[in-house]
Amino acid sequence: MTRPTVDLRPASLPPNPSPRPLITQLARPQVMALAAVLLVNWLLFPGFFSITWQDGRFFGSLIDVLNRGAPVAILAIGMTAVIATKGVDLSVGAVMAISGAVAAVLVTNGVSAPVAVLAALGAGLLCGLWNGILVTVLEIQPIIATLVLMVAGRGLAQLITEGTIVTFSDPVLIFIGTGSFLGFPMPVVIALVLMLAATLIVRRTALGLLIEAVGVNRSAARFAGLSANALLLIVYTFAGLCAAIAGLIVAGDIRGADANNAGLWLELDAILAVVIGGTSLMGGRFSIPMAVLGAVIIQAMNTGILISGFSPQFNLVVKSAVIIVILVLQSPLMAQAFRRRPSATPSKPGTQE
Amino acid sequence: MTDTPVLEARGVVKIFGQHRALDTVDFAAMPGEVHALLGENGAGKSTLIKILTGAYQPDAGELLLDGQPITLRDPLHGQGYGIGTVYQEVNLLPNRSVAENLFLGRQPTRFGLVRRHEIEARARQLMAGYGLDIDVRAELSEFSVAVQQIVAIARAVELSGKVLVLDEPTASLDRTEVQRLFGVIRGLKAKGLAIIFITHFLDQVFDLADRVTILRNGKKVATQPLSALNTTDVVRMMLGKDVAFEHHPSSLSSGARGAVRVQFQNIGRKGMAPFDLAVHEGEVVGVAGLLGSGRTEVARLMFGVDASEGGTFEVDGMPVTIRNPAQAVAAGFGFCPEDRKLDGIFGDLSVRENIIIALQAKLGWFKALNRDDQIELAGRYAEALDIRAANHDMPVRLLSGGNQQKVILARWLAIDPTFLILDEPTRGIDVGAHAEIVRTINRLREEGLALFVISSEIDEVVAYSNRIVVMRDREMVAELTGDAIATDAIVQAIAGTPQEVRA
Amino acid sequence: MTRSLRPLMATTLIFLFAYMLAVLQHPGMLSTRVLGNFLTDNAFLGIASVGMTFVILSGGIDLSVGAVIGFTTVLVAALIMWMNLHPLLAFAIAMIVAAGFGAIMGAAIHYLKVPSFIVTLAGMFLARGGASVLSPDSIGIQHEFYSTISKSYILLPGGGRLTVVGLVMLAVFALAILLAHRTRFGSNVYALGGSETSAALMGVPVARTTITIYALSSALAGLAGIVFSLYTSAGYSLNALGVELDAIAAVVIGGTLLTGGYGFIAGTFIGVMLQGLVQTYIVFDGTLSSWWTKIVVGVLLFMFIVLQRLVFRAGSRRP
Repeated sequence: MTRPTVDLRPASLPPNPSPRPLITQLARPQVMALAAVLLVNWLLFPGFFSITWQDGRFFGSLIDVLNRGAPVAILAIGMTAVIATKGVDLSVGAVMAISGAVAAVLVTNGVSAPVAVLAALGAGLLCGLWNGILVTVLEIQPIIATLVLMVAGRGLAQLITEGTIVTFSDPVLIFIGTGSFLGFPMPVVIALVLMLAATLIVRRTALGLLIEAVGVNRSAARFAGLSANALLLIVYTFAGLCAAIAGLIVAGDIRGADANNAGLWLELDAILAVVIGGTSLMGGRFSIPMAVLGAVIIQAMNTGILISGFSPQFNLVVKSAVIIVILVLQSPLMAQAFRRRPSATPSKPGTQE
Repeated sequence: MTDTPVLEARGVVKIFGQHRALDTVDFAAMPGEVHALLGENGAGKSTLIKILTGAYQPDAGELLLDGQPITLRDPLHGQGYGIGTVYQEVNLLPNRSVAENLFLGRQPTRFGLVRRHEIEARARQLMAGYGLDIDVRAELSEFSVAVQQIVAIARAVELSGKVLVLDEPTASLDRTEVQRLFGVIRGLKAKGLAIIFITHFLDQVFDLADRVTILRNGKKVATQPLSALNTTDVVRMMLGKDVAFEHHPSSLSSGARGAVRVQFQNIGRKGMAPFDLAVHEGEVVGVAGLLGSGRTEVARLMFGVDASEGGTFEVDGMPVTIRNPAQAVAAGFGFCPEDRKLDGIFGDLSVRENIIIALQAKLGWFKALNRDDQIELAGRYAEALDIRAANHDMPVRLLSGGNQQKVILARWLAIDPTFLILDEPTRGIDVGAHAEIVRTINRLREEGLALFVISSEIDEVVAYSNRIVVMRDREMVAELTGDAIATDAIVQAIAGTPQEVRA
Repeated sequence: MTRSLRPLMATTLIFLFAYMLAVLQHPGMLSTRVLGNFLTDNAFLGIASVGMTFVILSGGIDLSVGAVIGFTTVLVAALIMWMNLHPLLAFAIAMIVAAGFGAIMGAAIHYLKVPSFIVTLAGMFLARGGASVLSPDSIGIQHEFYSTISKSYILLPGGGRLTVVGLVMLAVFALAILLAHRTRFGSNVYALGGSETSAALMGVPVARTTITIYALSSALAGLAGIVFSLYTSAGYSLNALGVELDAIAAVVIGGTLLTGGYGFIAGTFIGVMLQGLVQTYIVFDGTLSSWWTKIVVGVLLFMFIVLQRLVFRAGSRRP
């Protein structure tokens, strides 16, 4: 610490309530929503919660939900930070396609897997940086700036794969999509590690607070001496990186890069996950774990619809219903009715250094 | 001139939260007069205007049109009654043609199709009536602000035609444009319209208006014919005494000065005359001047909000570069901006986060203040400044204006500043918090801080300044030190020479 | 020349220049036959882009148009094949359903005060999902009327065919030009895009205009869906996937400012034609692959966004 701590007088007012007890944490609407969806799934399919151990890994519907939800969860991790700055990134689905294409084409041309993975991540970083530059240097609104890559990105991915579905048999790439670690599927492990790392980074450094400050009031942030542009660049670049990771997982899962379909419409799922997680599209307070939880909720609904025998397209209707409910709940009318905002303060205990 | 006012407000009151923005104000506009409305920021001018035009509904009191009580739902409703408004920021459509701006919402049509030629012909005719020969098919934004103002006036008069409210129409006009606009206004006055004219340029008031109403802190000070007044009277009424402060303390007059902390040389930019200024340790430099005199511009230049075109900054004798606020903060500057809500507070962030944010920005991304440090800092400064919040985790937007101002002050004290700029630190704050902030400024000075304080309240500036810089027409025109600091001297300097040219 | 004309001029020049280059390489592209195919192949995109132009002019965005096209093809097919309705009656029902759908989205945008992209995103999910609930599989349309329509055309000099769907698109553009530039509704749309606050102060009925704009956009997407079904003689829930992006691109490349207030319906026509030109060129070339279309459109989109940024920088206010 650079500042000496002078006489710590007992404050006249309780300056800070004790960290929220676990029970109120569990009472968050997102957790309740997930519990409700899981309950419905269980009613539809009594074996939903059964998990078996087989061939050195866990199997079961619950694991499946986590596994299939991982790519959107990873996108949501990056998207959360972008939305917290009052922005949005529409290009992440296309960036997934680019990343998968880069990795697949490189390994099929004999490049070693680690290099291919690094190149794919690098491509994602570059895409994110491009978006960030459009938003900061050219001051283009985020939705418009990222639209460019959303349109052109898939074309670029197809350019890389030359229009075919590039299949590969590289064990490392396949492991990323389908392998397991300590019994859990790799995508789940990656999403979990990324979530923890991202949460730790934004909450242990000042990044989280500064991102929220920029999202809440960009002008006041400037007056307080923050450099919003550097933050925005980082945030968009990080969203690109997350998209690249998700792209690798999806490519590894199908053992090939499908430039047309990889990550198609997942940007919208990611935005939805973030919104379900309680981060407002108007920027400000954000929570990465809650957004991941949002992604799991979306996937649990998808799985529920699948196991109940509806067509998979039916979950689009359910998703739209979810958006409508959230929009109504967040609308000014409702806000006046009961002033309760999904708060996302770092409420984990034990932040001492 | 008849005796019945066209538009009259009787005893109107408007309350926002606990703040009485307007307190039992009477106002009357007569046909064929230009009635100036004067007052500093927060005096209640814009609230009164919004009530007169229907944007706000008064909490008490009534509105009368031609002697008949009326209730206005919104400005459109007011327009229907003949009350038209032209705002400083032209509230027209910059992306549409002049003709369309004049006739939007009432275009003549045939078979559902707008009769464009007729609209254009009528628009040309209308503009000609205002002495403008312009291409009415061209986009509004292609014309100067003066022409846009005249278009806005023409629309308002066409639609309303009884009362015309002009809310700072001259703020961004040059001298000849102002004269052109005044010609138009005089023409309308001759036609019998009641014109309510809001401005902060005193010479324009004397040039154009017949009567003046002066507001201060939500109350009416006076309504008088301008023929009975001179500039000094008006300035005194605008800036007069509200809070009783002790007289200029002699300790301030002694001229006891520490070392120079910050030095500005030749700082300026387009529209703002370059200035030199040195602020010493334990010194408050007060700025007196009316709204629009350039006082906020000086603060913005000092803090790098607007980059200076040339000039040098020095802190403790060392040159520093300040081209943006981040560099200013790095140099140890703090700035409490005039518009707290827009540029100051982070409404959704907690009181604690609002206090530590500047220090955190200064420390950088990786030296995060942990929660204990944050709690300690917030607690310390909240106590020092007596910030009243139920707890420090509540969103700062829930605090009162005075407490929000103290939070911003705490934010800057937390970086242990070398130099603090306060722009209207007591504006829109209740009397109790007001006195506290003044006491805090005095205490900070005694503790050796260098401060630059802008205020519309002369008595307040006198109470804490070692030195007073007077600004007029975007220039520092006078500097008063020691015993020369007195309310009268300042009023004289603000009123200055240009206003005395009037007949 | 007014500022808003500059992007339009740029588009027109780029189109003429690109067409000239294409013709120099493949003289076959200069024929009424190619022109006729141009209009037929891009009819549904053109019609949807007209609706999108109104939305973007007003400062919003509509992500649901592709889904509404897909939904309409399914609805029309279901009404004709399952309910044995006459296609014209089916068209009328489909248009009304689409317009009502858009009106609800417009109302949600206005009254819930949420960004248009999120409301129309929900609309997109709903329309796609609703279409697949109606029928997850493609429904082939066999009806006399359909075969008659798809066989009807006006023969152009030089052997080109101006088909019914091509004509419908041209008519939609002509009517839309009148609507945008010659009616009070058109003025109100531009007014909303210029400044919603000013527009409200000047007496523009903001709620009614917003609802009408989105109803119009969805109705035109419905018409585009009808045209699509005429073109393919089938209804399928995944039809016209991603057409909203092509439509947005056509509008922006056509010189309409994405933030609203400036632009021309005629520009959108050129934007659609420019995309069609790129596709046709790629077909004629034979060696180029289809993905170049997306890349070229993306590059054009980027160019026009930057161009508008430069042209309108003076007028735009920083956030």
